[in-house]
Amino acid sequence: MTLPIPSGTRDVLPDEMRERQGVVTALRDHFATCGYGEVSTPAVEYASVLERAGIGPSEDAARPRFRTIDEHGETLVLRSDMTVPIARLVASRFGDVEPPIRLSYLAHCYRGILPGRGEARELLQAGIELCGAGAPEGTAEALTVLVGALRAVGLDGARVAVGDAALFPELLDAVGVGERERAEILHELATRDHVGLEREIRAATDDATAALLLDVAARRGGPEVLDQLEDPRAREASRGLRQLLERIDDDVRSHLILDLGLTRKLGYYTGAVFEVYAPGQGHAIGGGGRYDDLLGRFGRPLPAVGFALDVDALHTALVGVARGRWRVDPTVIPNGGSAA
Amino acid sequence: MNRYGLRIAVPRGTMLGDALDHLDRVGIDTSEVRSNDRKLLFEDAGIVTMRPSDVATYVEAGAADVGITGKDVLMEQRGRDVVELADLGFGPCRIVLASVAGDPDPAVEALRRLGIMRVATKYTGIAGRFFEETGRQVELVKVNGSVELAPLTGLVDAIVDLTATGTTLRENGLVEREEIAFSTARLIVNPAAHRLKAAAVDELRRALLPAAPGA
Repeated sequence: MTLPIPSGTRDVLPDEMRERQGVVTALRDHFATCGYGEVSTPAVEYASVLERAGIGPSEDAARPRFRTIDEHGETLVLRSDMTVPIARLVASRFGDVEPPIRLSYLAHCYRGILPGRGEARELLQAGIELCGAGAPEGTAEALTVLVGALRAVGLDGARVAVGDAALFPELLDAVGVGERERAEILHELATRDHVGLEREIRAATDDATAALLLDVAARRGGPEVLDQLEDPRAREASRGLRQLLERIDDDVRSHLILDLGLTRKLGYYTGAVFEVYAPGQGHAIGGGGRYDDLLGRFGRPLPAVGFALDVDALHTALVGVARGRWRVDPTVIPNGGSAA
Repeated sequence: MNRYGLRIAVPRGTMLGDALDHLDRVGIDTSEVRSNDRKLLFEDAGIVTMRPSDVATYVEAGAADVGITGKDVLMEQRGRDVVELADLGFGPCRIVLASVAGDPDPAVEALRRLGIMRVATKYTGIAGRFFEETGRQVELVKVNGSVELAPLTGLVDAIVDLTATGTTLRENGLVEREEIAFSTARLIVNPAAHRLKAAAVDELRRALLPAAPGA
């Protein structure tokens, strides 16, 4: 008899489990070596507590999708990420601890899925949160741990796209774009619709300013994409990324792809944002960023930064390009990018 | 592989000719694609061909780096994680609400007297959002082809479908009642390729859009 399990979930049998365990062990060892202590939190939390994170729009991946009512009538949710539960944990259990606080986790998270896309309802995440270390030092440390983690599992060819969630909003303010147009422009940027982005930008400003904004939004590549910025407003808005790069060693820097148009769709990011890509994988295998306002909503205002890696995606990337030659070529390693 | 080193998903059907013309113009030899309409994968040109509605699926998964497909496909499959890089301008068509010609409009009549109208479409996503945004109750009937037949047989009161010239609607005694969206071909890119192959992607975009501002 074959009995079904919900779509987007799966059983793991010994062969896969053994290999996955190798990935997990490498990550745990690396996080421990870097001084991050592993924590565990309950999979179910009070909705009223997690909602303090202020995650708004329904399309947000970080919004909990599985809800139930407990015996007292309280709404419980299954966590959709670990960043929000750890923000709660730090405020509640580390209230007197001198920052920085370095925590790591290996935990299942639960999300809603779209049918037919191979998405996981239950995903296993491994990551860190560094609380009480601001930009740029804290961000530099998190990126260094991240690149080391990718190397530890054997994915030295993976790359981390780095953007700054504060860059474009600040640039829009500097060029004097109005409140309503600003929201439209940021929406198009977040949904990666460059056609809509150009339409909204041209409607909001003059030709010269529009050309500047579109140029910045399309810039991706190595440190040269920052060096080549000439407009003083764009240089000012990108100073966060420049300061970050100054604090990162060459080895880590060689794994980064700057993307000035990158914003993450999660509402709580305030500064640097990361997306991790592995050769052969069309989807991001991890991500993260700075969330300097989140811990304050839970009662312990501390700047913070973190990232999460999708353990099964790491495993898939390690198994490699088994699905045919038309997958992204693993031998192609980016040698810098360009500005459009 | 083509000179850009990018795998390109190209839609078969009405957009194929224009798409191949554009690729020829930027230095990709598409003669083999033109001469063979059964083969799907062309290694030398770095081209894969497929139904327009599948292009976003391949690009999102990274099975192709970039693709060409209609805005209508992207609107219908909203939420696909692809970068919409450029409006290529060709393949214009409109998504319209149409019903049997004559006055009063049978769809309006159904809404007035029955409180709901039945609408047949292949584009349930676009149609669903459109009626929700315009505050009308509808029952969507998903059909897979010859949508024009549905109102003629009494299956539905109206249809939401793609039209380029309006000829098919006219020949079936239907009339356009409202325009829902205007669509042209778009260049889309896998988010990983957009970063990992930034130089090649930007070069292809610039070549395809010689007059693009900001390029």
